[in-house]
Amino acid sequence: MNTSRVQCEVSLTVNGELRNLRVYPMERLLDVLRRQLGLTGTKEGCGEGECGSCSVLMDGALVNSCLVPILHAHGVRITTIEGLAEGPLLHGLQDAFLKCGGAQCGICTPGMILAACQLLNEKPQPSLEEIREGLSGNLCRCTGYTQILEAVAEAAGRGSAR
Amino acid sequence: MNIVKSEHIVGMSVPRKEGRDKVTGRALYIDDMTLPNMIYGATVRSSIPRGRIKRITFDPGIRWDEFVIVSAKDVPGQNCIALIVDEQPCLADGVVNHPEEPILLLAHADRHALSKAVAAVTVEYDPMPALFSMEESEQCKEIIHGTDNTFKTYRLEKGDVDSVWAKADFIVEGEYFTGAQEQLYIENNGVIASFDQEHGITVWGSMQCPYYVHRALMKLCKLPENKVRVVQTETGGAFGGKEEYPSMIAGHAALLAMKSGRPVKIIYDRMEDMAATTKRHPSRTRHRTAVSKDGKILGGEIEFTVDGGAYTTLSPVVLSRGTIHAGGPYYWPHVRIRAKAVATNAPPHGAFRGFGAPQSIFAMERHMDRIAATVGISPAEVRRRNFLTTGQTTITEQRIREAIDLEQLLDRGLALADYRTKRDSFRKENESSTRKKGIGIATFLHGAGFTGSGERNLSSEVAVAGTADGRVQVLVSSTEFGQGTKTVLCQIAAEELSLSFEDVEMVQPDTGQVPNSGPTVASRTVMVVGKLVQSAALGVRQTLTACGLLRHGYSQQEFREACSKYVAKHGRLLSRARYRQPAGVFWDDEKYRGEAYAAFAWAVYIAEVTVDLTTYSVTVDDFVALQEVGRVLHPVLARGQIIGGVAQGIGFALYENVVWQNGRMQNGQMTNYIMPTSADLPPIRVYFEELGNEYGAFGAKGIGELPMDGPAPAIVNAIEDALGVKIDSIPVLPENLFEAMATSSPGHREFRPSNEAQ
Repeated sequence: MNTSRVQCEVSLTVNGELRNLRVYPMERLLDVLRRQLGLTGTKEGCGEGECGSCSVLMDGALVNSCLVPILHAHGVRITTIEGLAEGPLLHGLQDAFLKCGGAQCGICTPGMILAACQLLNEKPQPSLEEIREGLSGNLCRCTGYTQILEAVAEAAGRGSAR
Repeated sequence: MNIVKSEHIVGMSVPRKEGRDKVTGRALYIDDMTLPNMIYGATVRSSIPRGRIKRITFDPGIRWDEFVIVSAKDVPGQNCIALIVDEQPCLADGVVNHPEEPILLLAHADRHALSKAVAAVTVEYDPMPALFSMEESEQCKEIIHGTDNTFKTYRLEKGDVDSVWAKADFIVEGEYFTGAQEQLYIENNGVIASFDQEHGITVWGSMQCPYYVHRALMKLCKLPENKVRVVQTETGGAFGGKEEYPSMIAGHAALLAMKSGRPVKIIYDRMEDMAATTKRHPSRTRHRTAVSKDGKILGGEIEFTVDGGAYTTLSPVVLSRGTIHAGGPYYWPHVRIRAKAVATNAPPHGAFRGFGAPQSIFAMERHMDRIAATVGISPAEVRRRNFLTTGQTTITEQRIREAIDLEQLLDRGLALADYRTKRDSFRKENESSTRKKGIGIATFLHGAGFTGSGERNLSSEVAVAGTADGRVQVLVSSTEFGQGTKTVLCQIAAEELSLSFEDVEMVQPDTGQVPNSGPTVASRTVMVVGKLVQSAALGVRQTLTACGLLRHGYSQQEFREACSKYVAKHGRLLSRARYRQPAGVFWDDEKYRGEAYAAFAWAVYIAEVTVDLTTYSVTVDDFVALQEVGRVLHPVLARGQIIGGVAQGIGFALYENVVWQNGRMQNGQMTNYIMPTSADLPPIRVYFEELGNEYGAFGAKGIGELPMDGPAPAIVNAIEDALGVKIDSIPVLPENLFEAMATSSPGHREFRPSNEAQ
C-alpha cells in the first residue's frame, strides 16, 4: 500500500547483494522483494502477519515481510529463500525438507524453511518441543507439520545451522 | 543416473518431482507470473443476502474511463458457471442470492487503484427475505430455489426397516451437527486470462480441474473447444476448495480479457477468498436405530441434510457421498436413508476433502458411542459386533469381496493406542483432577473414485509418450497441489516400463496438451488415473516390442535408443488408455443401489484428549491413525497425506468455526478463523495395512480424503469419555463445552455402565 505519493531511496543488502531502490516509503518489503527484485519465492498468504508465508530474515531475525514498510528495511541485510542454496548445492534444511516430505504444496515452504533457519541459528540442537514452538508462527495446511518437524530435526542432526 | 533401481520404484520414497523447485522458491505460482501489458481485475460483490438490484452508481471522483468495466450484459455466451446444473450466474443479472455474489468486474493497470474503485461503486437493492439455516429453508416460508428449496434428494432403502422396531430391545435416537469449514489453502485463488481472436482464451491458474474450467469457459465465452485453453500453474493447496470455484474466477478474468484485449490477472486477498468462495457443507444427521440387547444393529433410519448455500453447484454429489457413507463400516440388515441438500442465502458450499463423508461419518461414529452407552457395552465392543465382514453387503447392497478383517484392524488400533489401560487409568485419575482425560475411537471406511456410474460417465483418458531423446512423458489432466500426483504417476509409469524415476516426467496439465483424465478429486488419482497410466505405459512397451525395437529384459539405454528410433521413424510414440468399467459392476442411479465404489479404504482412529476444566479447552495428546489402503506406493507421501488430513480433522473438531451473520462469513481472516499450528497438534502416529486392490495401480486404493473422516468423531468420543457429557455438534469450542456441561443433567453425566464387556 503506497499511501505516500513521494518516492524515496533505500539501500539494503538482499541475499548478499547491495541494492539501491526507489520506493514508496510505506510499500511492503514483501512487494518490493517480489515485484521490484523479482524474488517471488517469498509468498503472500494472508497479508496480516498470521500465516508466515512471507517470512524472511532481516539482520538475522525472522520477520513477516508483509508487515515491514520498506523504509524500515533501509540499511538492513535481508535473506530470502533464494539466498539459501549455494549454486546447485541445497542448504541442509532444503535438502531435509525434500527428503522428509516437509514440502507438499510448497506455498508455505520458503517461509517455513527461513523460520527453521533462524531457529537453528539460535539453537543448533533444538528439542522436538522447541522446534514445534519455534515454527508455530508459520502455518501449513497440508502436512500437519510432523514431517516439517522431522526435517528440521534431521537438518539439525547434520549440523545445518549457519 | 541409475540412482533408483527400477524394480523398486513403486513403494519407495523417491524425491518429489517438483520438490527442488518448492524448497528453493523457484516454483512459479500464479501470482509469481506476469504477462506483458497485463492489467489487474477486481470484483464488486453483493453486500446483501438476497434482493433485486435497483441501481448501480459510480462515484464521479474516480476516473472511470481508465477502467475496464464488465457486467452481465457483456457475457458473450450463457451467463452461468457450467457444472451440474447451469444455474449459477457468472455475474448477477438483476438479482442477488447471497452475500459476496459477483455483480461487476473492474480492471486497471495499477492494482492499487482497484480497491478504491470497488468501494466507489454503489449498488442499491430492493432487499428480499432471505433464509439462513437448514430449518428455515425446510419450513419454506420463503421459496428461494425451485418449489421447495431443495437441490437434491436421495432415498436409499435396504430390506424392510419398518419390520425392525417391534423386534428391538433398544431404540437409540440422536441428532448430530457439523459446521462449515474453510479449506484455507495458503495460496488464495488466482488466475491470469489472455484473449486474442486467433487463439481465443487462455487461462493460467491455481486449480484442481482444468477441464472443468475449460467446459465452463466454452459456455460462458461462447467459444469452441479449440479456442479455450486452460493451464494449471503450481497450486498452493486446494483440498477441494479449487475444484469448482476456479471456473468462476477464470470466467471473470476471461470476460475482462475479452473486453480489454489485454491479459488480466485476478488474485483474491485472504478476506475475499474466505468470504466469497466455497466451504464444507454444514450438516445435520438424525439417527433412529433399532438395537438388540447384545448391541447389534437390527436396522434404522437415517436422515442426512446438508446446507447447499444459494446455488446447486456440487451439492448433489456431496450429498451422494455423504449418504453412501452414512452407515459407516457396519452391517445394516435393514436401513432407510433420506437425504437432501437444501438452499439458503449463503455463498454456495462446495467440495472439501471427504466431500460429505466427514459429516455423515461424524454422526454415525457419535451414534455408535450412544448405542454402546445405551446397551451397556464399550465403544470398542459395539463396533466389533457390527462390523461388515467379507461376503456381507453395504447399505447400497454392494457385496464386500476383499478379505478385510475389521476386528483385527480394531484390535491392532486398540493395542497401538494402549486403549484399555488408558481408559481405565484415566477414569481413576479423573476423579481427583480438573484436567479430565479421555480416549475415543472412530472406525470408518472411505470409497475411492467417483460414485456409482461416475467413473463410467467420466470415461477418463490418459496418454504416455516416448520422446525423441528416449524419455517418457505422462500426459494427464490430473493436477499436483501437494498430494504428490506428479511423483506417484511418474513412479507408476517408471515401474511399468522398468525405467528409472528420473526417466519419466509429467507434462504440465494444459488442455491444449493433455487428454481429459477427469478431475483431481474423490481420491481417484492414484487408483483410477494411476491404473490408466500403468496401462498406457504398458502400451508404449508393447509398441516398441512389437516392431522389434525392444528385446525382453531391456536396459534403460536400450529403451532410450528404441524410443528415439521409433520417434525418428514415426514422428511420435504415444500410447493412450481410456477407462472401462470392470465387467459385472452394477449401479442403479434411480434406487441408489449397487457397487458404489470400486474400492473402500478402512480405518481405525483413536484419539486421546485432555479437557482443562479451568479454561474448557481441549488438547489432543495422542492420535493413532491406522488404515488399510490397498498398497502404499510412496510411504513418505502417503504418511504426509494421512497426517495432513488428521490435522484438518482436528481443526474441524476443535478450532475451525465459521461465524455467520445474514449469510456472510464474519471471521474471514487467519487472525480469527483458527486452524491448528505446529504447537496445537499431538504426535500423529500413522500405520498402514496393505491388502491390495485389483482395480488400482499396483494395488493402490485412494487415501487423500480418508483421514478427514475419522478425527472429529474420535476426538468428540474422547471428550465424552473424559466428561460424560453429550456433545453432538462440532466444532467444540471452549464456550460450547462450557455450555454443554452447564446444561447437561447430572444423571446423564454420571452414566457409566459398570459391567460393560470389553
